[in-house]
Amino acid sequence: MASLKDIQLKIVGIKKTAQITQAMNMVAAAKLRGAQQRMEDFRPYAEKFSGVMGELAGAGINPDAFPLMAARPVKKVMLILVTSDRGLCGSFNANLIKASEKFLKAQQEEGREGCLACVGKKGNAFFKKSPFETLHSSVGIMDNIQMFNARQVGQEVIKLFLEKKVDEVQLIYGRFINVAVQRPTMNRILPISTEGLEEAEGGEAEGPKATYTYEPDPEEILNQLLPMFVNVQIMHAMLETGASEQASRMTAMDNATRACKDMIDDLTMAFNKARQSAITAELMDIVGGAEALK
Amino acid sequence: MANKILLEVVTPSKLLVSEEVELATAPGTDGVFGAMANHAPLLATLKIGEMHYLNEGNTVRIALSGGFCDVSNNRMTVLAESAEISAEIDVERALKAKERAERRLQEAVARKEEIDLARAQAALARALTRIQIAGH
Repeated sequence: MASLKDIQLKIVGIKKTAQITQAMNMVAAAKLRGAQQRMEDFRPYAEKFSGVMGELAGAGINPDAFPLMAARPVKKVMLILVTSDRGLCGSFNANLIKASEKFLKAQQEEGREGCLACVGKKGNAFFKKSPFETLHSSVGIMDNIQMFNARQVGQEVIKLFLEKKVDEVQLIYGRFINVAVQRPTMNRILPISTEGLEEAEGGEAEGPKATYTYEPDPEEILNQLLPMFVNVQIMHAMLETGASEQASRMTAMDNATRACKDMIDDLTMAFNKARQSAITAELMDIVGGAEALK
Repeated sequence: MANKILLEVVTPSKLLVSEEVELATAPGTDGVFGAMANHAPLLATLKIGEMHYLNEGNTVRIALSGGFCDVSNNRMTVLAESAEISAEIDVERALKAKERAERRLQEAVARKEEIDLARAQAALARALTRIQIAGH
């Protein structure tokens, strides 16, 4: 049985851990607010962007004329995995990694090769040790997500796609549904399909439809817009993952703090019991001693 | 209002401008164009340069780093990867960016790297626009 001193030390230690987890919870809550704000700020841009893309898609263009839209037989699939840079956020990164691994294995079974582009340290570290090749990695950028980070990834991925080193690109990220729920979500980003866009256009429809003047012609505009569209989607995924990471950390730290409190309660109980039995034993000794003197 | 057009300048980090203006001009790839109230629908790509808008006698200048512009339903939406109003431009940073871009340009020319060259040129153009606009 642990001595009184041991239990006391343990209680002190756990109290300190609880303080740390409590602090991390509060930091994550503050950061979450910032991350959510950035998501909000980005929304008008993304919405307008899809609106314009929808407008162009409605202008009767032929998808096969654009290298970024043309589908071809898929031999190699690339997965862009967006994870956080830091750990201690529960099963958030583990879920993303698990989903990615499952996807890549499924591709392999269908005879396609799988490879990765990792954004965020956690995914990168995991897949370094896996048989799947990592063609691109951007780490250490999740603390301060900037458009040019997304552009860098986008440029790299587009280059690989155009050089026919990969035939399809999927994007997986932790979608922020609410503070309690974040879900790994996968989207195809290359080749770009116009299906989803026409829907977006339907949602934006306001006022009568008019004939647009294009400057320069629609093809030219689309050629400029398509690479930017890829960047916008990557940016979006990064912002969502950023917010999800903080939300996930908040929950994880809250759980940790609660677990610490439970442990402290248990240990206090054990401490009191040990103290009681020590006192009882001492009393028995004294009584025994007094009895013997009679 | 009848004689005004709603101008919105949107960047990935924020909605920079949302205001009813009398006139807005933007640097289109095919040349600078202006839009006033009830402009015909237009979709144009923009290059790096200056846009400005006029409202109640005040002219506001904005440094744009490319993007595109959609005019429809008496509303002009400018989507730019980055945009800064003249008063908010950090001149020192722009000057540093200019120096850096010039250095990169020389390196790229020396090594004959076309992609790097194009990037350096774009960076230089962005920096020069910012400096020029801030100077007024």
